[in-house]
Amino acid sequence: MNDISMFDIIGPNMIGPSSSHTAGALRIAHLAGKLAPAKILSVTFTLYGSFAWTYRGHGTDRALVGGILGFLPDDERIRDSFQYADAAGLKYEFIENTTEKDIHPNTVDILLHCENNRTIELRGESIGGGNAVIRRLNGIDIALSGAYSTLIVHHKDKKGVLAYITTVCSGIDLNIAFMKVYRKAKGDSAYAIIEVDSDINPSIISVLECHDAIINATIVPAI
Amino acid sequence: MNFTNGKQLLEICSEKHIPISQAMFLRETDYLEQDPVEVTCKMEHAYDIMKQAIHRALTEDLISTGGMIGGESKQMNALRKAGKNICGPLVSKAITYAVGVLEVNASMGLIVAAPTAGSSGVIPGVLCAAQEEYNMEDAVIIQALYTAAAVGYLITRNATTAGAEGGCQAEVGSASAMAAAAMTQLMGGTPSQCLDAASFALINILGLVCDPVGGLVEIPCQNRNAIGASNALVSAEIALSGIQSVVPIDEAIEVMYRVGRSLPVTLRETSQGGTAMAPSACHACQTRWKKPKS
Repeated sequence: MNDISMFDIIGPNMIGPSSSHTAGALRIAHLAGKLAPAKILSVTFTLYGSFAWTYRGHGTDRALVGGILGFLPDDERIRDSFQYADAAGLKYEFIENTTEKDIHPNTVDILLHCENNRTIELRGESIGGGNAVIRRLNGIDIALSGAYSTLIVHHKDKKGVLAYITTVCSGIDLNIAFMKVYRKAKGDSAYAIIEVDSDINPSIISVLECHDAIINATIVPAI
Repeated sequence: MNFTNGKQLLEICSEKHIPISQAMFLRETDYLEQDPVEVTCKMEHAYDIMKQAIHRALTEDLISTGGMIGGESKQMNALRKAGKNICGPLVSKAITYAVGVLEVNASMGLIVAAPTAGSSGVIPGVLCAAQEEYNMEDAVIIQALYTAAAVGYLITRNATTAGAEGGCQAEVGSASAMAAAAMTQLMGGTPSQCLDAASFALINILGLVCDPVGGLVEIPCQNRNAIGASNALVSAEIALSGIQSVVPIDEAIEVMYRVGRSLPVTLRETSQGGTAMAPSACHACQTRWKKPKS
């Protein structure tokens, strides 16, 4: 983790009322929106723990919808995000799960239905101070904070893929700060999550996707 | 240049003959390699948001999303303007403003978490009131915010500012300690007086529990921000008189952390104890105590 900055203390600038229930929730949904493979048509949020009990009073619901729409934590439109979603043709629903106990108290599962029948599902945890972590992506346990510019490469667990990815990164002079690989099982679907210090040139995507074992690659800008 | 506790911070201030604000600014620009102009701009922006929030609370009709608070700062401001306030001009203004920022926060308005959203009223309350009462330039207040940030950093690094971990003493208590140090610097106090003021502030409300009604950042959080603001001013005044704290800030932070962890979980943001379980509080939460004006 980064060393503490004075703006972690006097900040974040955010729409209230709660850094974990509002800003952190928005952050999870914002990352989900960036991971969507195509235009998002509808979204289902399943809320657990404290999220499930207090989401209306904390504006967690509006923050989640605002995050999907790409709003940042200090965006004044968050309060009216339902209207913005309606105007954008985005459908949304909330499911409360108060029975699951063995889970982080501020957890949300997000299921996105996108154009061309494509879907994506993920689980996020709001871990305090407006920070959040994506813990699961399409059934694979991962860890993604969004604190850095991130390259997410969905691939088949196969020899040589990672060497190819790092070669492509160094080819465009991209310095890797952190890199971790998560897989379902040996030889199965996997994600390489690569956090870097600078912005990522979008041209890297098509080069990566040339490789037989790479299903797709996504850039998530730091928030 | 870096420091990780109050002792090191004071050594740096004494060696370089600089105030805490400047030591914190150097840590940000030197150790964390941030651009000095950008740092200044970001803090100016944060202070603008604080002032805006106070302005909104005093001029707009706000009702919280949970329906339990809204309009209190206007009521307190009316009392103050009618000359019926009993706390004196600075304290009355500071507590009115602190309460107002919590209304903006609870109605999904823009605030600066300082250090948390639930304690976001304390620092703007104290600093905006001081600026108005003493006719201070923004640039001077920005320096005081660096000092506040230094204390908040020491607490975050060595303890916690999360109510779920340390109770309200970790949220409003930390905000109060930060504001106390900032105010002491504004009034010409030395670095060691600033940290003594912070130590007084933390210890004065040691043990304060986090017991939000309905799990929402409304009651008793709003009034606790007023207490945090007044406690900051009281603590700054004690330190400015030359009274030294027997317990240095590093020990006060450690004490606060230990007390926080020994609080029962029912009194740490779970809404299973304290005010949250008072029968009338539960009722207010379920019925929306304050109805929006139609």
